[in-house]
Amino acid sequence: MENGRFGGYGGRYIPETLMSAVLELEAAYERWRADPEFTGELAALLADYAGRPSRLYFARKMTADLGGAKIYLKREDLNHTGSHKINNVLGQALLAKKMGKTRLIAETGAGQHGVATATAAALMDMDCEIFMGREDTERQALNVYRMELLGAKVHRVTSGTMTLKDAVNATMREWASRAADTHYVLGSVMGPHPFPLMVRDFQAVIGREIRAQLLAAEGRLPDVVVACVGGGSNAIGSFYEFIPEEQVALVGCEAAGLGVDHPQNAATIANGSVGVFHGMKSYFCQDAYGQIAPVYSISAGLDYPGIGPEHAALHDSGRAIYVPVTDAEAVEAFDYLSRMEGVIPAVESAHAVAWARQAAPALGREKIIVITLSGRGDKDVAAIARYRGVDLHE
Amino acid sequence: MNRITEAFHRRKALIPFITGGDPDMAVTEELIYALIDAGADLEEIGLPFSDPIAEGPVIQAADERALRAGCTADKLFTLVRRVRRRTNIPLLFMTYLNPVFTYGSRRFMENCADCGVDGLITPDMPWEERGELAADSAACGVTLISMLAPTSAGRVRQIAASAEGFLYCVSSLGVTGERQEIGRAAADIIARARTVTNLPCAIGFGISTPAQAGAMAALADGVIVGSAIVRLVAENGAASVAPVREFVRGLRAAIDAGSGTAGAGLETREGEIHV
Repeated sequence: MENGRFGGYGGRYIPETLMSAVLELEAAYERWRADPEFTGELAALLADYAGRPSRLYFARKMTADLGGAKIYLKREDLNHTGSHKINNVLGQALLAKKMGKTRLIAETGAGQHGVATATAAALMDMDCEIFMGREDTERQALNVYRMELLGAKVHRVTSGTMTLKDAVNATMREWASRAADTHYVLGSVMGPHPFPLMVRDFQAVIGREIRAQLLAAEGRLPDVVVACVGGGSNAIGSFYEFIPEEQVALVGCEAAGLGVDHPQNAATIANGSVGVFHGMKSYFCQDAYGQIAPVYSISAGLDYPGIGPEHAALHDSGRAIYVPVTDAEAVEAFDYLSRMEGVIPAVESAHAVAWARQAAPALGREKIIVITLSGRGDKDVAAIARYRGVDLHE
Repeated sequence: MNRITEAFHRRKALIPFITGGDPDMAVTEELIYALIDAGADLEEIGLPFSDPIAEGPVIQAADERALRAGCTADKLFTLVRRVRRRTNIPLLFMTYLNPVFTYGSRRFMENCADCGVDGLITPDMPWEERGELAADSAACGVTLISMLAPTSAGRVRQIAASAEGFLYCVSSLGVTGERQEIGRAAADIIARARTVTNLPCAIGFGISTPAQAGAMAALADGVIVGSAIVRLVAENGAASVAPVREFVRGLRAAIDAGSGTAGAGLETREGEIHV
């Protein structure tokens, strides 16, 4: 990889007003990424504060029910703050601290990344402001209040489609106007270099743990690793360790909303084309004139019109495959895992569960599928009830 | 010498910005003529983008209006082709990389050359990514405008080395209450640019009054005014031609009067920054 490129993807397509901040960040990351002081502090935070390593749980009932491949769940939902987002946030917040920054800003879709950022800011004594599309603040009202409890200020973004992409726009604008004391904690493997690389490095702990834990449990590597993909941080974190292991299939599940052929979806690989947006060259849902398309998914965390550049490269090379999963399939999987294993997954993660449900029976019993459960589903209970027409008051 | 360079030789250049297709194509055409009439030396026409990350709320809203009204690159090309029969004023498209990339950058540049668009400003294409368009723009004779920010100090030499037409100097890092700082930052970056290039330097702020335009003209070779004009269009819609003409005349007069000293009367309204 050179100059922030993954194949032809990635790069640094941002206004000149942001270049100095991004170059400063890149230099700081290169300075600290392998420094024992930094890696030691981060390892301690991940262990003592986030609760790592997260469990690799053998889903015995689900495996028996599906009657095919063995299913393991990588329990990122058990991390502090309830998702994989904390892995990246602790890394970036610690780096920001080393850089002398005193203020963190971040975008959030479902609110998980915003909550994680607000948490790290509280822990490290930093100011925190979160940008969230107004539509998402309504879908995820509890997470808004949670961020405020943690001391963060939440800005409701009312431009454009009022969802995740607009929250990213707003956070980039804020960073361009104030970078001297402020670090932008980008929440996924997207945006300008070095974010896709740095966020992947911070999330790669997921795949490293899967390897060690599965070797201990089964004495071998998995046959399939499957994760949901919006920007794609939990997926790349799960995949990265296994990219050189050609026998391990890597499957990313995109949000197909009401269906890949229905206008309301967010399946970037299935429906998108190559473009340049949010600082990176990658695949985007867009029209013939390059206007970014409004996208839709029941899951606010996957409701994004692009995908990280490393995923774009993995798709082109065929090393990973990307499959669309609809709202209906995800909700069914949400129910299924809740009742089958007593684990309520985030509706984002339920997209990966849905794929595994379909795939496992066709694979032999000697095969192993690892599903990354990127987050817990408590935040989605009200939305799922609404989806079913249940009038639930939080 | 091309039309862009020539425009800076006559006098301090006034460069107004309007969003193409806001409120509709017919009014945009009338506005282009009205701006010339009022004393513009170059014009920037925004090709609207769904997600203009370098724009403040005024131009964001204009882009949304224009897109809702059906503005596309092809419609703007058609408009410019017609306008070109009546005027020689340099016209610049300001847009984002994705509409150009998705259109096909070679085809986009060929259309620019064919219709009479002199140059292109894409704020999300820093020096490092200039290769994305540079070969196609050069082949078609379309000028790619480079930008400088107050934080560009260490990058001025490399940016200026590949720049053409003029340097678009941005000072958008200020927060409310730091007016003097902003003035100094802009003056500093222009002074630094002058040590490494002979290209004209135009400055774009949230310049919203004639007094500010006059002050900026004392500092730079050209003054870019965006949001203040676009706000008039937002407020007056189809009836915006007269008030825009009147406002731009005021800017012209203030620039020609050379009134104001560098740094005086500067005020960047928060969120009103047009990068």
